[in-house]
Amino acid sequence: MKPAEMSQTNILEGKTALVTGGSRGIGRAVSLALARAGAFVYINYHSNDAAADDTYRAVTQAGFSAALLPFDVADRDQVQAGFKKIIDERGTVDILVNNAGVTRNGMFARVTDEDWRVVVDTNLTGAINCSRSALRSMIRTRWGRIITISSVVADGGNAGQVIYGAAKAGIIGFTKSLAREIASRNITVNSVSPGFIDTDMTASLPAEYREELIGQIPLGRAGSPDDVAAVVRFLASNDAAYITGQTIRVNGGLYM
Amino acid sequence: MTEDVRRRVISIIMEQLNVKEEACVPEAAFIDDLGADSLDIVELVMAMEDEFDMEISDDDLAKIRTIQDVIDYIDKVHG
Repeated sequence: MKPAEMSQTNILEGKTALVTGGSRGIGRAVSLALARAGAFVYINYHSNDAAADDTYRAVTQAGFSAALLPFDVADRDQVQAGFKKIIDERGTVDILVNNAGVTRNGMFARVTDEDWRVVVDTNLTGAINCSRSALRSMIRTRWGRIITISSVVADGGNAGQVIYGAAKAGIIGFTKSLAREIASRNITVNSVSPGFIDTDMTASLPAEYREELIGQIPLGRAGSPDDVAAVVRFLASNDAAYITGQTIRVNGGLYM
Repeated sequence: MTEDVRRRVISIIMEQLNVKEEACVPEAAFIDDLGADSLDIVELVMAMEDEFDMEISDDDLAKIRTIQDVIDYIDKVHG
Protein backbone atom coordinates (compact mmCIF):
# COMPACT_ATOMS: atom_id res chain seq x y z
CA MET A 1 0.00 0.00 0.00
CA LYS A 2 1.36 3.45 -0.89
CA PRO A 3 1.94 5.76 2.13
CA ALA A 4 -0.89 8.10 1.03
CA GLU A 5 -3.37 5.24 1.02
CA MET A 6 -2.22 4.03 4.40
CA SER A 7 -2.83 7.44 5.93
CA GLN A 8 -6.46 7.42 4.78
CA THR A 9 -7.58 4.01 6.01
CA ASN A 10 -7.94 3.13 9.67
CA ILE A 11 -7.31 6.66 10.89
CA LEU A 12 -9.81 5.92 13.66
CA GLU A 13 -8.56 2.41 14.39
CA GLY A 14 -9.22 1.39 17.99
CA LYS A 15 -11.63 4.25 18.71
CA THR A 16 -15.18 3.86 19.94
CA ALA A 17 -17.72 6.28 18.49
CA LEU A 18 -21.34 7.08 19.24
CA VAL A 19 -23.44 8.71 16.52
CA THR A 20 -26.83 9.93 17.71
CA GLY A 21 -29.57 9.86 15.10
CA GLY A 22 -27.26 7.56 13.21
CA SER A 23 -29.84 5.56 11.31
CA ARG A 24 -30.71 8.01 8.53
CA GLY A 25 -29.47 10.96 6.52
CA ILE A 26 -26.31 12.66 7.71
CA GLY A 27 -26.11 10.36 10.76
CA ARG A 28 -26.12 7.28 8.56
CA ALA A 29 -23.36 8.67 6.36
CA VAL A 30 -21.34 9.59 9.46
CA SER A 31 -21.80 6.10 10.94
CA LEU A 32 -20.52 4.55 7.72
CA ALA A 33 -17.62 6.98 7.38
CA LEU A 34 -16.38 6.49 10.94
CA ALA A 35 -16.73 2.71 10.69
CA ARG A 36 -14.84 2.64 7.39
CA ALA A 37 -12.07 4.58 9.12
CA GLY A 38 -11.74 1.81 11.69
CA ALA A 39 -13.87 3.00 14.59
CA PHE A 40 -16.37 0.81 16.40
CA VAL A 41 -19.60 2.74 15.89
CA TYR A 42 -22.63 2.70 18.16
CA ILE A 43 -25.54 3.74 15.97
CA ASN A 44 -28.08 5.49 18.17
CA TYR A 45 -31.61 6.12 16.97
CA HIS A 46 -34.98 6.86 18.46
CA SER A 47 -37.73 4.90 16.78
CA ASN A 48 -37.08 4.01 13.15
CA ASP A 49 -36.05 0.36 13.64
CA ALA A 50 -36.13 -0.44 9.93
CA ALA A 51 -33.77 2.38 8.98
CA ALA A 52 -31.48 1.55 11.88
CA ASP A 53 -31.31 -2.12 10.89
CA ASP A 54 -30.55 -1.09 7.32
CA THR A 55 -27.69 1.17 8.40
CA TYR A 56 -26.34 -1.49 10.76
CA ARG A 57 -26.32 -4.05 7.95
CA ALA A 58 -24.70 -1.59 5.55
CA VAL A 59 -21.83 -1.13 8.01
CA THR A 60 -21.35 -4.73 9.09
CA GLN A 61 -21.82 -6.39 5.71
CA ALA A 62 -19.02 -4.19 4.40
CA GLY A 63 -16.85 -5.76 7.10
CA PHE A 64 -16.83 -2.91 9.64
CA SER A 65 -17.87 -2.82 13.29
CA ALA A 66 -21.04 -1.39 14.74
CA ALA A 67 -23.85 -1.94 17.22
CA LEU A 68 -27.34 -0.51 17.46
CA LEU A 69 -28.09 1.53 20.58
CA PRO A 70 -31.56 3.05 20.65
CA PHE A 71 -32.39 5.70 23.22
CA ASP A 72 -34.06 9.09 23.34
CA VAL A 73 -31.30 11.71 23.57
CA ALA A 74 -33.70 14.09 25.34
CA ASP A 75 -34.20 11.61 28.21
CA ARG A 76 -31.31 11.91 30.67
CA ASP A 77 -31.91 8.50 32.26
CA GLN A 78 -31.96 6.75 28.88
CA VAL A 79 -28.77 8.57 27.87
CA GLN A 80 -26.97 7.51 31.05
CA ALA A 81 -28.09 3.91 30.58
CA GLY A 82 -26.90 3.98 26.97
CA PHE A 83 -23.47 5.30 27.89
CA LYS A 84 -23.15 2.78 30.71
CA LYS A 85 -23.68 0.03 28.14
CA ILE A 86 -20.93 1.43 25.92
CA ILE A 87 -18.49 1.74 28.83
CA ASP A 88 -19.32 -1.79 30.02
CA GLU A 89 -18.75 -3.20 26.53
CA ARG A 90 -15.93 -1.07 25.18
CA GLY A 91 -14.39 0.73 28.17
CA THR A 92 -14.48 4.23 26.66
CA VAL A 93 -16.40 6.62 24.45
CA ASP A 94 -13.78 8.39 22.35
CA ILE A 95 -15.84 10.13 19.69
CA LEU A 96 -19.31 11.59 20.18
CA VAL A 97 -21.22 12.88 17.17
CA ASN A 98 -24.31 14.78 18.31
CA ASN A 99 -26.33 14.47 15.14
CA ALA A 100 -29.86 13.69 16.35
CA GLY A 101 -32.07 16.50 15.18
CA VAL A 102 -35.61 17.30 14.15
CA THR A 103 -37.29 20.37 12.76
CA ARG A 104 -40.83 21.70 13.03
CA ASN A 105 -41.13 24.21 10.26
CA GLY A 106 -43.77 26.89 10.29
CA MET A 107 -44.38 30.52 11.06
CA PHE A 108 -43.14 31.63 14.45
CA ALA A 109 -46.42 33.46 15.03
CA ARG A 110 -48.10 30.03 15.00
CA VAL A 111 -45.53 28.02 16.94
CA THR A 112 -46.81 25.74 19.71
CA ASP A 113 -45.30 24.76 23.06
CA GLU A 114 -44.92 21.26 21.69
CA ASP A 115 -42.96 22.48 18.64
CA TRP A 116 -40.62 24.36 20.93
CA ARG A 117 -40.17 21.45 23.32
CA VAL A 118 -39.53 18.81 20.68
CA VAL A 119 -37.07 20.85 18.63
CA VAL A 120 -35.05 22.19 21.56
CA ASP A 121 -35.10 18.85 23.43
CA THR A 122 -33.80 16.80 20.52
CA ASN A 123 -31.34 19.24 18.97
CA LEU A 124 -29.91 21.09 21.95
CA THR A 125 -30.78 19.25 25.17
CA GLY A 126 -29.94 15.96 23.47
CA ALA A 127 -26.48 17.18 22.55
CA ILE A 128 -25.93 18.44 26.08
CA ASN A 129 -27.14 15.21 27.72
CA CYS A 130 -24.86 13.08 25.56
CA SER A 131 -21.87 15.39 25.96
CA ARG A 132 -22.18 15.30 29.76
CA SER A 133 -22.02 11.52 29.74
CA ALA A 134 -19.27 11.31 27.17
CA LEU A 135 -17.07 13.75 29.07
CA ARG A 136 -16.76 11.42 32.05
CA SER A 137 -15.00 8.88 29.88
CA MET A 138 -13.02 11.36 27.78
CA ILE A 139 -11.68 13.23 30.83
CA ARG A 140 -10.48 9.94 32.27
CA THR A 141 -8.70 8.82 29.10
CA ARG A 142 -7.42 12.31 28.29
CA TRP A 143 -8.63 12.01 24.68
CA GLY A 144 -11.92 12.96 23.12
CA ARG A 145 -13.79 14.35 20.15
CA ILE A 146 -17.19 15.97 20.56
CA ILE A 147 -18.67 16.95 17.21
CA THR A 148 -22.14 18.45 17.08
CA ILE A 149 -24.18 19.07 13.95
CA SER A 150 -25.44 22.62 13.70
CA SER A 151 -27.02 24.10 10.55
CA VAL A 152 -26.78 26.91 8.01
CA VAL A 153 -30.04 28.06 9.61
CA ALA A 154 -28.01 28.97 12.72
CA ASP A 155 -25.48 30.89 10.61
CA GLY A 156 -27.83 32.95 8.46
CA GLY A 157 -31.35 32.37 9.73
CA ASN A 158 -34.26 31.05 7.72
CA ALA A 159 -37.87 32.20 7.81
CA GLY A 160 -40.06 29.33 8.96
CA GLN A 161 -37.32 27.81 11.09
CA VAL A 162 -37.12 30.10 14.07
CA ILE A 163 -37.05 27.40 16.78
CA TYR A 164 -34.73 25.17 14.79
CA GLY A 165 -32.42 28.14 14.20
CA ALA A 166 -32.44 28.97 17.91
CA ALA A 167 -31.57 25.40 18.91
CA LYS A 168 -28.87 25.02 16.25
CA ALA A 169 -27.33 28.38 17.13
CA GLY A 170 -27.30 27.24 20.76
CA ILE A 171 -25.03 24.44 19.63
CA ILE A 172 -22.44 26.92 18.35
CA GLY A 173 -22.26 28.72 21.71
CA PHE A 174 -22.20 25.38 23.54
CA THR A 175 -19.34 24.22 21.31
CA LYS A 176 -17.19 27.29 21.95
CA SER A 177 -17.64 27.37 25.71
CA LEU A 178 -17.10 23.66 26.22
CA ALA A 179 -14.07 23.75 23.93
CA ARG A 180 -12.44 26.34 26.21
CA GLU A 181 -13.36 24.52 29.37
CA ILE A 182 -12.18 21.06 28.45
CA ALA A 183 -9.21 21.65 26.15
CA SER A 184 -6.65 20.95 28.88
CA ARG A 185 -7.82 17.33 28.85
CA ASN A 186 -6.98 16.84 25.15
CA ILE A 187 -10.65 16.89 24.20
CA THR A 188 -11.66 18.92 21.16
CA VAL A 189 -15.19 20.24 20.74
CA ASN A 190 -16.34 21.38 17.31
CA SER A 191 -19.46 21.69 15.28
CA VAL A 192 -20.24 21.07 11.63
CA SER A 193 -22.82 23.32 10.03
CA PRO A 194 -24.38 21.72 6.95
CA GLY A 195 -26.21 23.72 4.30
CA PHE A 196 -28.89 22.29 2.07
CA ILE A 197 -28.32 18.53 2.16
CA ASP A 198 -30.37 15.83 0.40
CA THR A 199 -31.96 13.84 3.25
CA ASP A 200 -35.44 12.92 4.51
CA MET A 201 -35.53 16.28 6.25
CA THR A 202 -35.31 18.18 2.95
CA ALA A 203 -36.92 15.63 0.63
CA SER A 204 -40.41 17.02 1.03
CA LEU A 205 -39.53 20.54 -0.10
CA PRO A 206 -41.58 21.72 -3.10
CA ALA A 207 -39.65 21.60 -6.39
CA GLU A 208 -39.79 25.36 -7.05
CA TYR A 209 -38.43 26.11 -3.57
CA ARG A 210 -35.63 23.63 -4.10
CA GLU A 211 -34.76 25.19 -7.49
CA GLU A 212 -34.68 28.66 -5.96
CA LEU A 213 -32.49 27.50 -3.09
CA ILE A 214 -30.00 25.78 -5.38
CA GLY A 215 -29.83 28.99 -7.37
CA GLN A 216 -28.36 30.61 -4.24
CA ILE A 217 -25.67 28.00 -3.79
CA PRO A 218 -22.39 28.97 -5.49
CA LEU A 219 -21.43 25.33 -6.09
CA GLY A 220 -24.80 24.85 -7.79
CA ARG A 221 -26.06 21.70 -6.10
CA ALA A 222 -27.52 20.33 -2.89
CA GLY A 223 -24.97 18.63 -0.66
CA SER A 224 -24.90 14.92 0.00
CA PRO A 225 -24.72 13.38 3.47
CA ASP A 226 -21.26 12.08 2.49
CA ASP A 227 -20.08 15.68 1.99
CA VAL A 228 -20.84 16.32 5.65
CA ALA A 229 -19.64 12.94 6.92
CA ALA A 230 -16.19 13.45 5.40
CA VAL A 231 -15.71 16.57 7.53
CA VAL A 232 -16.95 14.82 10.67
CA ARG A 233 -14.49 11.99 10.04
CA PHE A 234 -11.67 14.50 9.63
CA LEU A 235 -12.57 16.27 12.89
CA ALA A 236 -12.63 12.92 14.69
CA SER A 237 -9.13 12.09 13.51
CA ASN A 238 -5.71 13.02 14.87
CA ASP A 239 -5.23 15.27 11.82
CA ALA A 240 -7.67 17.68 13.48
CA ALA A 241 -5.93 17.64 16.86
CA TYR A 242 -5.29 21.41 16.76
CA ILE A 243 -8.86 22.35 15.83
CA THR A 244 -11.26 23.18 18.63
CA GLY A 245 -14.19 25.52 19.27
CA GLN A 246 -14.76 25.81 15.54
CA THR A 247 -17.84 25.56 13.37
CA ILE A 248 -16.94 24.09 9.99
CA ARG A 249 -19.50 25.06 7.40
CA VAL A 250 -20.30 22.53 4.69
CA ASN A 251 -22.79 24.35 2.51
CA GLY A 252 -21.46 24.78 -1.05
CA GLY A 253 -21.02 28.49 -0.33
CA LEU A 254 -24.65 29.11 0.65
CA TYR A 255 -23.43 31.09 3.65
CA MET A 256 -19.94 32.48 4.10
CA MET B 1 -12.10 6.04 58.73
CA THR B 2 -10.01 2.90 58.42
CA GLU B 3 -6.37 3.16 57.45
CA ASP B 4 -7.15 1.28 54.23
CA VAL B 5 -9.74 3.86 53.16
CA ARG B 6 -7.44 6.74 54.06
CA ARG B 7 -4.66 5.19 52.01
CA ARG B 8 -6.97 4.78 49.01
CA VAL B 9 -8.04 8.42 49.25
CA ILE B 10 -4.45 9.70 49.41
CA SER B 11 -3.42 7.39 46.58
CA ILE B 12 -6.16 8.75 44.32
CA ILE B 13 -5.18 12.33 45.16
CA MET B 14 -1.52 11.64 44.44
CA GLU B 15 -2.34 10.06 41.09
CA GLN B 16 -4.91 12.64 39.98
CA LEU B 17 -2.91 15.71 40.98
CA ASN B 18 0.53 14.25 40.38
CA VAL B 19 1.75 15.25 43.86
CA LYS B 20 4.03 13.48 46.36
CA GLU B 21 2.74 11.81 49.52
CA GLU B 22 4.57 14.38 51.73
CA ALA B 23 2.42 17.11 50.26
CA CYS B 24 -0.80 15.29 51.13
CA VAL B 25 -1.32 16.57 54.65
CA PRO B 26 -4.92 16.91 55.86
CA GLU B 27 -4.87 20.72 55.74
CA ALA B 28 -3.57 20.80 52.15
CA ALA B 29 -5.93 22.82 49.97
CA PHE B 30 -6.38 21.40 46.48
CA ILE B 31 -6.26 24.68 44.59
CA ASP B 32 -4.01 26.78 46.81
CA ASP B 33 -1.49 24.16 47.95
CA LEU B 34 -1.64 21.25 45.50
CA GLY B 35 -1.91 23.22 42.27
CA ALA B 36 -5.25 21.82 41.17
CA ASP B 37 -7.60 23.68 38.87
CA SER B 38 -11.39 23.37 39.03
CA LEU B 39 -11.37 20.61 36.44
CA ASP B 40 -8.85 18.65 38.53
CA ILE B 41 -11.29 18.76 41.44
CA VAL B 42 -14.12 17.50 39.25
CA GLU B 43 -11.89 14.67 38.09
CA LEU B 44 -10.81 13.91 41.63
CA VAL B 45 -14.41 13.72 42.77
CA MET B 46 -15.26 11.44 39.83
CA ALA B 47 -12.41 9.15 40.81
CA MET B 48 -13.64 9.08 44.43
CA GLU B 49 -17.18 8.38 43.24
CA ASP B 50 -15.93 5.42 41.22
CA GLU B 51 -13.60 4.11 43.92
CA PHE B 52 -16.14 4.26 46.76
CA ASP B 53 -19.25 3.66 44.64
CA MET B 54 -21.04 6.81 45.72
CA GLU B 55 -22.33 10.06 44.24
CA ILE B 56 -21.24 13.46 45.47
CA SER B 57 -23.78 16.23 44.96
CA ASP B 58 -22.78 19.58 43.51
CA ASP B 59 -23.59 21.26 46.83
CA ASP B 60 -21.20 18.94 48.65
CA LEU B 61 -18.62 19.29 45.88
CA ALA B 62 -18.64 23.06 46.34
CA LYS B 63 -17.66 22.63 50.01
CA ILE B 64 -14.59 20.51 49.31
CA ARG B 65 -11.46 22.62 49.60
CA THR B 66 -8.89 20.50 51.46
CA ILE B 67 -7.87 16.85 51.78
CA GLN B 68 -9.49 16.83 55.23
CA ASP B 69 -12.79 17.88 53.61
CA VAL B 70 -12.66 14.80 51.36
CA ILE B 71 -11.81 12.51 54.28
CA ASP B 72 -14.65 13.99 56.37
CA TYR B 73 -17.11 13.56 53.49
CA ILE B 74 -16.23 9.93 52.85
CA ASP B 75 -16.36 9.26 56.60
CA LYS B 76 -19.85 10.71 56.72
CA VAL B 77 -21.09 8.68 53.74
CA HIS B 78 -19.30 5.45 54.56
CA GLY B 79 -19.74 5.59 58.32
